Amino acid sequence: MIHVQHINKNYGRICALKDISIDVQAGELFGLIGPDGAGKTTLFRILTSLLLADSGEATVDGLNVRKDFKELRNHIGYMPGRFSLYQDLTVEENLKFFATIFNTTIAENYHLVAPIYSQIEKFKTRRAGKLSGGMKQKLALSCALIHKPTVLFLDEPTTGVDPVSRKEFWGMLKALKAAGITVLVSTPYMDEAILCDRIALMQHGQILSVDAPDKIVAQFPTKLYRVRSNNNYALLNRMRQHPAVETVFMFGEYLHVTFVDQSKATSACFSEFEAQFEEITPNIEDCFIYLTQQKWIM
Amino acid sequence: MKQLYAFVQKEFLHIFRDVRTILLIIGIPVAQILIIGFAVSTEVKNIKTAIYDPSNDVSTRQIIDKLAVSEYFNIVEYLSNPDQIEDRFQRGDIQFAMVFGDRFHENLYHNGNASVQLLADATDPNQGTVAANYAAAIISDYAQTMMSDLNIPFQIMTQVQMLYNPSMRSSYDFVPGLMGLIFILICAMMTSIAIVREKETGTMEVLLASPVKPIYIVLAKMAPYFLISWFILIVILLMSVFLLHVPITGNLLWLNVFSLIYIVLSLALGLLISTIVNTQVAAMLASGMGLMMPFMILSGMMFPIESMPTFLKIVSCIIPARWYISGVRKVMIEGAGVEHILPELLILTAMASFIILVSLKNFKKRLE
Repeated sequence: MIHVQHINKNYGRICALKDISIDVQAGELFGLIGPDGAGKTTLFRILTSLLLADSGEATVDGLNVRKDFKELRNHIGYMPGRFSLYQDLTVEENLKFFATIFNTTIAENYHLVAPIYSQIEKFKTRRAGKLSGGMKQKLALSCALIHKPTVLFLDEPTTGVDPVSRKEFWGMLKALKAAGITVLVSTPYMDEAILCDRIALMQHGQILSVDAPDKIVAQFPTKLYRVRSNNNYALLNRMRQHPAVETVFMFGEYLHVTFVDQSKATSACFSEFEAQFEEITPNIEDCFIYLTQQKWIM
Repeated sequence: MKQLYAFVQKEFLHIFRDVRTILLIIGIPVAQILIIGFAVSTEVKNIKTAIYDPSNDVSTRQIIDKLAVSEYFNIVEYLSNPDQIEDRFQRGDIQFAMVFGDRFHENLYHNGNASVQLLADATDPNQGTVAANYAAAIISDYAQTMMSDLNIPFQIMTQVQMLYNPSMRSSYDFVPGLMGLIFILICAMMTSIAIVREKETGTMEVLLASPVKPIYIVLAKMAPYFLISWFILIVILLMSVFLLHVPITGNLLWLNVFSLIYIVLSLALGLLISTIVNTQVAAMLASGMGLMMPFMILSGMMFPIESMPTFLKIVSCIIPARWYISGVRKVMIEGAGVEHILPELLILTAMASFIILVSLKNFKKRLE
């Protein structure tokens, strides 16, 4: 459904995207995972025909984002990272406006937005600017969906949204996927990654890895340990200098550690910190950090 | 077409929901007309006047009486010595002084030639001229009466002397100038802000990713301000006729057509600005400083173009307001026919077409 081949994009001397290639299948819920500045928004804008890539080709639903942009704009739904509706128009006026400019009506595609829109319909005379964060997201999603797009682009839809609404939002994305809409979603939250069918981990304009979340986890090339101690910060500094330690990161109340040679760095070496080691299955964030350390080429 | 309609509807909602802005748009022209019409009135009343009358005869007393009963002059002091005049002016006690010659009546009758000196404080040039003109009129009126009564050619010499600012200048026909400025303010500034606001709030991103045609975005942004400007044009014309008593001597239809071309041109300027800048503040500065200042200074509204150095004269030719103001003066004030404003009409139409073409070409289908 989305084919991206060797896309490069520079802003002046800053490289925003470097040789990006991904393929998203029809009906897939695909996640772009990466921190701020990874290039997610730039990639979205190229795919929604809002920016031109310096080089490389991309097609969405069989339409070239450069040449066929006029036709393409009929078929895609785009929800930018920032709340981008008219704050001085009411909920209903916003939805009606977006339905009209996409040459459709609310009635025609109501069934598609109903599960989402029905939740905010009781506020339909309220101005969009007066809605809560979660409700704004629902309205924005309704507006992006009202013309029944084949591909939906959601740029960080859950940033700045409370945890309950975030969970609810991902529930809605599952429902859209079930309705056959291809969804490309970006997020800086690693815990949302496992909710996608496949993810691309991005950093500094490059894709580090593309696969199903559980496969990425399964391919973690070494053993990961969780360490608890009486002084995590001191232990972190100590471990960073230890030659047998490969990576070590603070992770809440634990340190997550990988070793070059575990036998040379037993808990006995760090006994003064009362360190306790426990082998764990890595999560996406572990994979991401490990990948960014460039010690694991996939 | 339905898209365009929905778009225009949305723009009207934006405007009418922003009560403060709509009040400003309507209020500024009304306030400016009122201020210029009344506060900046060229009519002067109750001028504080001092008289030095060494003759104190029947003629001078009659003239002084006429002066005293007129609503323009308020005689505050009869001076005993002409040296006091300077002092009174400088203390601000008087704005005007009338100094009669010796043996005024006698000279008038026997020599047919009497003199009176009028001194006006011209630090306010307008008031100075007006006061002197009033006084001169009163005196010559008196001379007229004498002549018709006695059938003798009398002559009273009035010497008018402007103090403190001998070169006099003040603009009278402010209404055309004001119109030239107001439409730039409303059309250019408001349209550019309205378009740039969509960029700033990110809604432009959504619009561009939708199938809506860029020309629709542009037309929809212009339509409400076009109608509002037309409404303001009518308000200005009504106010200038009924409040300021500036008559529309020319063809009303052509005045409207001419003004609407200028309004379209101003809208296009706003569009052009919006394709260049990315923030509302920048749009405001560009239209406020970038357009208003040169329009005010170089359009002939404040300073006559004839007295500009050649370089500025050439620059003023590219200021649309110059042509608009001159055209409005011709049609509205002088009552000239359309054939007399043909050059202005053609120049403005050409300018408008050019700006529309450039800005449409400049209007981006993408984000950068």
